[in-house]
Amino acid sequence: MQLLIDAWTFIQQNPVRFGQSLFTHIVLSLSSLATACAIAIPLGVLLADRQRGALAVINVANIGRTLPSLAVLALVMPILGTGFVPSWFALTLLALPPILINTYTAVREVDADAIDAARGMGMNDAQIIGKIKLPLALPVLFAGVRTAAVQVVSGAVLASYIGGGGLGDFITAGIAMMAVPQLLVGAIPATLLSIGTDFLFGRIQRWLTPRGIQPQAAA
Amino acid sequence: MNWFLRNYDQVLVGLGEHIFISASALVLSFIVAFVVGLWAARNETVYQTSLAVSGFLYTIPTLAFLALLIPIVGLGKTNAIIVMVCFSLLILVRNVALGIRGAPAEVVDAARGMGMSASQVLWKVELPLALPVIVAGLRIAAVTVISVSVVAAYVGAGGLGTLIFNGITNDHAPKIWAGALTACALAVAVDLSLAALERRLGRRTRG
Repeated sequence: MQLLIDAWTFIQQNPVRFGQSLFTHIVLSLSSLATACAIAIPLGVLLADRQRGALAVINVANIGRTLPSLAVLALVMPILGTGFVPSWFALTLLALPPILINTYTAVREVDADAIDAARGMGMNDAQIIGKIKLPLALPVLFAGVRTAAVQVVSGAVLASYIGGGGLGDFITAGIAMMAVPQLLVGAIPATLLSIGTDFLFGRIQRWLTPRGIQPQAAA
Repeated sequence: MNWFLRNYDQVLVGLGEHIFISASALVLSFIVAFVVGLWAARNETVYQTSLAVSGFLYTIPTLAFLALLIPIVGLGKTNAIIVMVCFSLLILVRNVALGIRGAPAEVVDAARGMGMSASQVLWKVELPLALPVIVAGLRIAAVTVISVSVVAAYVGAGGLGTLIFNGITNDHAPKIWAGALTACALAVAVDLSLAALERRLGRRTRG
């Protein structure tokens, strides 16, 4: 308990430093997630229509999914150096596979009859993507974004090792000096941020699901 | 590459440590998950509660989780193993429970009709049928645990992460490459071999 009070005192004594780290953490996570979405969602939609090339890309994504986050961050360092940009690059790489795989799967599983009906009504390919495929794929697609978001917020804690800043700075400094209160200043907000992200994205996911395909009486 | 050839013993020690901590965490987690999973397969409340609790644990950032345990258990392997067990529980409990629930009701009925006792039904019918799903869970859990133990080097648990951290501190790229690439290779190798096992078991159960 005393440790928690000490941690709180530390935040009160260093409001600017804490605010900056928190801000960097959020900006780093959001920009990586946004970049990954901008690449993976269009790519997933495109791949869903193709047979041969798609499988290769999805297999690569599946392998990418198994790579340890810290190993990816560490591998980027000898190439791009340290700082915000290398961290952003590594976190984007980590966020790509879940979004790509879920987009691909979701679009592929859109009911073929619905697409046929849309075509029969005279919709063109762009309209079919925008009005049929994406809305119907959205819940599964967004589940991938949610997984990626939590992974990025967690991974951003590790970005501290390659100079990316963020809340991880307090943890690494705290461990290095064995200063437990300082360590908690990083660990507790990082945990809350991660849980908050999961909760928030879960809410958005439910909100995005069209009423017609919402699971009935699901908790 | 030259560094790697001169120091391959260091990499092998790291790899050995890495496999040892990951495997011990996985075994421990599996024992807990097996018991909870069996219970959860029969009881909806236990199922929902265990998924909610372990889902919550799963969301905590690895490094933050390791750090939060320092005031309680200090640095070292214990700390790392607790975190790895917590992270892999969600996947294992869910898959054990789902696997057992997935056994077709008529098969279980038939087994009972043949006079099998409850434990015979479990060991001779339900678990063999659940095996592919359980192995699928084990696969995700193994990859997760390997990933966590890279970070765990920072709290003194040893393994390949040690090479990475030393490399970062001394700005020595070959060490980073050796540690990170070996860790990636380990994760991919474990994933692919368990995937192959999963497919084989799946064919056997269906056949």
